[in-house]
Amino acid sequence: MTPSALPLGDPAPADGILPAQAAVGAAERKFSLYTHIPFCAVRCGYCDFNTYTATELGGGASQDAYAATAVCEVEFAARAMAASGLPERKLSTVFFGGGTPTLLPAGDLTAILGAAVEQWGLEDGAEVTTEANPDSVTRDSLAELRDGGFTRVSFGMQSAVPHVLKVLDRTHKPERVPQAVAWAREMGLNVSVDLIYGTPGESIADWETSVRTALSYEPDHISAYSLIVEEGTKLAAQIRRGQVPGIDDDDHAEKYELADALFQEAGLSWYEVSNWSRTPADACQHNLAYWRGDDWWGIGPGAHSHMGGVRWWNVKHPSAYAGRLERGESPAAGRETLDSDTRELERIMLTSRLNEGLAINTLRPAARKAVAGLIAGELVDPVKAFHGTLVLTLKGRLLGDAVTRALLD
Amino acid sequence: MSPMARTAPVPAATDPAIIRNFCIIAHIDHGKSTLADRMLQLTGVVKQRDMKAQYLDRMDIERERGITIKSQAVRIPWEVDGTAYCLNMIDTPGHVDFTYEVSRSLAACEGAILLVDAAQGIEAQTLANLYLAMENNLTIIPVLNKIDLPAAQPEKYALELANLIGGKPEDVLRVSGKTGMGVEELLDLIVRELPPPVGDPNAPARAMIFDSVYDTYRGVVTYVRVIDGSLGPREKIQMMSTRATHELLEIGVSSPEPTPSKGLGVGEVGYLITGVKDVRQSKVGDTVTTFHKPATESLGGYQDAKPMVFSGLYPMDGADYPVLRDALEKLMLNDAALIYEPETSAALGFGFRVGFLGLLHLEITRERLEREHNLDLISTAPNVEYEVTLEDKKVVHVTNPSEYPSGKIAEVREPMVSATVLAPSEFVGAIMELCQSRRGILGGMDYLSEDRVEIRYRLPLAEIVFDFFDILKSKTRGYGSLDWKADGEQVADLVKVDILLQGEQVDAFSAITHRDKAYAYGVMMTGKLRELIPRQQFEVPIQAAIGARIIARESIRAIRKDVLAKCYGGDISRKRKLLEKQKEGKKRMKMVGRVEVPQEAFIAALTTDESSKDKSKK
Repeated sequence: MTPSALPLGDPAPADGILPAQAAVGAAERKFSLYTHIPFCAVRCGYCDFNTYTATELGGGASQDAYAATAVCEVEFAARAMAASGLPERKLSTVFFGGGTPTLLPAGDLTAILGAAVEQWGLEDGAEVTTEANPDSVTRDSLAELRDGGFTRVSFGMQSAVPHVLKVLDRTHKPERVPQAVAWAREMGLNVSVDLIYGTPGESIADWETSVRTALSYEPDHISAYSLIVEEGTKLAAQIRRGQVPGIDDDDHAEKYELADALFQEAGLSWYEVSNWSRTPADACQHNLAYWRGDDWWGIGPGAHSHMGGVRWWNVKHPSAYAGRLERGESPAAGRETLDSDTRELERIMLTSRLNEGLAINTLRPAARKAVAGLIAGELVDPVKAFHGTLVLTLKGRLLGDAVTRALLD
Repeated sequence: MSPMARTAPVPAATDPAIIRNFCIIAHIDHGKSTLADRMLQLTGVVKQRDMKAQYLDRMDIERERGITIKSQAVRIPWEVDGTAYCLNMIDTPGHVDFTYEVSRSLAACEGAILLVDAAQGIEAQTLANLYLAMENNLTIIPVLNKIDLPAAQPEKYALELANLIGGKPEDVLRVSGKTGMGVEELLDLIVRELPPPVGDPNAPARAMIFDSVYDTYRGVVTYVRVIDGSLGPREKIQMMSTRATHELLEIGVSSPEPTPSKGLGVGEVGYLITGVKDVRQSKVGDTVTTFHKPATESLGGYQDAKPMVFSGLYPMDGADYPVLRDALEKLMLNDAALIYEPETSAALGFGFRVGFLGLLHLEITRERLEREHNLDLISTAPNVEYEVTLEDKKVVHVTNPSEYPSGKIAEVREPMVSATVLAPSEFVGAIMELCQSRRGILGGMDYLSEDRVEIRYRLPLAEIVFDFFDILKSKTRGYGSLDWKADGEQVADLVKVDILLQGEQVDAFSAITHRDKAYAYGVMMTGKLRELIPRQQFEVPIQAAIGARIIARESIRAIRKDVLAKCYGGDISRKRKLLEKQKEGKKRMKMVGRVEVPQEAFIAALTTDESSKDKSKK
């Protein structure tokens, strides 16, 4: 998944060579790969990600040619990283997101994965995930993915309630999900389901139905995201015109608390504000790489990458993206090299969201002073803080941005 | 047709018989400045190529708003029947707040042009100034302007003017300042209709100050009209109110650029420069005489400028306090009516309590401070001056609610005004309802013409300083106009309403109101604040109280969710930038106890916005 608007940053060179900072300490950091698949059967009303329906694009950007174009970037990435002085590292995790990766034939996905493994190799037991729409997988396609090296599949379930799915423009039939989950299990894949709460018109009872239904599939992992209405989406326009009700943060909070209680009851624990897993080993390792500030290369139009405090992002349009790679140029549209203050800000912002927490002794003195206030406000677990780690309470998870701001003062 | 004067009469040697002193009474936008410009052009005083639109309005703000704040005087030559005359046009401020300055300008003239927009008819302030001119026995020349406009209704408004001043509608001159039509006839009429000034050339000098302007290079420029005797260059002059003496460095006339002269004689209008740096040393209405042969009796009508409306001015950024202080100091040099003293607010920090003649004066002053000194200011809700008598007979003057005494109060007196409202008769009911709701007492009502009515009320000043005019305008679809003047004081049942955030009093929101209105104020302000203050991590009660008694209560529920759910496919930059923006926002918060109140909430709570009443918080 990639968001619609790209950040403003510095220009990125055509040869893809990274600033020297990217290589500093890289041997100690894990390395992941993200691949964006910018296709969807239909565009959902709430989605502002960089996706296109099959008929919108042609040439190197077409759905048929996409795997070959992505492989081009994999090869470009390997050359650029080597030329930038980065050490050879095996892939720690791989994640295919979208869009709807499973709109591509399984063979295309395994071909991209194969090219990456050929370039970098895979760590033992490495997690390889693809997002999937319950409608666009079959028993055979899941078998092919497993055989090609995938270990995990994350289903975009969103809701079990038809009228909610309709507002979200999701086309899958709710009864399709258990079937898809069962096939994935049969193939020995680790299974996650994604839920969205706070959709306009969704009642508390609707949400409880969705949570209980998701739990009935006994997934290894659940992500639950509140619906964010992004500017420029169809849903934003519908809310503005009063056709559907707006977003209510209190409703979100209530649903989050409900979900967290039901997940816990079913034996899932939170490891990040929006993510729960059955065991620590079931936590999405790729997701954790983002929050822990590891390195990753993002393949695909609009994809974001990070190496040692250097962040960059690719051109958004698939045609422009394919064109750059055809000419042997970096597809990066811009980048930023973070200074130490900004890296510290990001570190606090990202790691404070994790259940493994933030070591208080790594904080600067001013931030450390703020911890007492956070404990008093019941935002931070007092016992864990006493033992040196800042871990959010349930209330604190819901006010996570306020916690970060308090630590930044 | 009258020709341009071939030889202009020379200052200091002009026979009063050929002098005509006049001013133009008009409402904002009725085209006074355009007409004045046209006169300057026709008489050749300003060359075509030097002509700036609205030559006489010097300040940017005046030109932008199309209003005149400070008056000027211009000497214009004009020939009628072979005689060269000297016309002194004294420009008058066109707004309600400057009634006293207007009265002094009128006192310097023998006649006035009553200039009315032929598409709009007379407005309340013009009417008030007309009455003032009639009281001063000025000869009135009624003129309808903008007759070239398609919407002009000259017959209707000519009748209205004739009814007002007692004449025939066909005697009302019709001109267009824009095209120049009728302006020469008007100049002729001024010469024929207005009486020449009368004075004793041999008596000790007496000249009335009708304006006083600070100029960065020349110091204070004082505009005077000589009544008796004469003033000459390098004479030692004396201000009769203070007995202060000054060396006359320069004397001259404006035509319209300042031109030094050999002096000023009976009936003449011109300027004096003494080198003083503060307009307070050269006050409007004061009488100038000579030190060596002083007059014994000053000309009547002098008053000290009295501020009527008080407001706290605070820099948005506390670091700008010294800039604001210097800016006020500078502005004071040019504005004898402005007074101020330092003030501290727990909520707003360091600032000044500033006294103004009225709301426009406040608005203009604030705008000048912001524009000329690059300041961002918060102004607190305007207040009037209350006289509070305590039970121990001690008397306290209160211009800021936070100074309201907490002890036993025997009596509170509030300033009153007599107000005149002009409007089409269909709005009379709405106007009466408004005035009644503001504790007004009806003084009288008259038809100006078939469908226009003059309504007179006596009202507490406090009831009209905040939003009265805006509401009047909206209730009369823009047709209503208002004029007011101070009219004594009255004893009233007033109380102070405090606003408490989480139990802490926020001084900036306290108000002194009539007891019957305290509840409404409390409900309004607590409701407004509930909308304006963002939710905090804890519940925040907002209360309105009179003393210890709570009269209204609202509460801001605690925020429950403040976290971005996802990381947008690794777009950490976006999330970080959101956070950095929030952090910036936090810097602009003022802390009231533990409650973070955004600067905007203070501004919004202190300004009126009728529409905000309808909005409700989700």
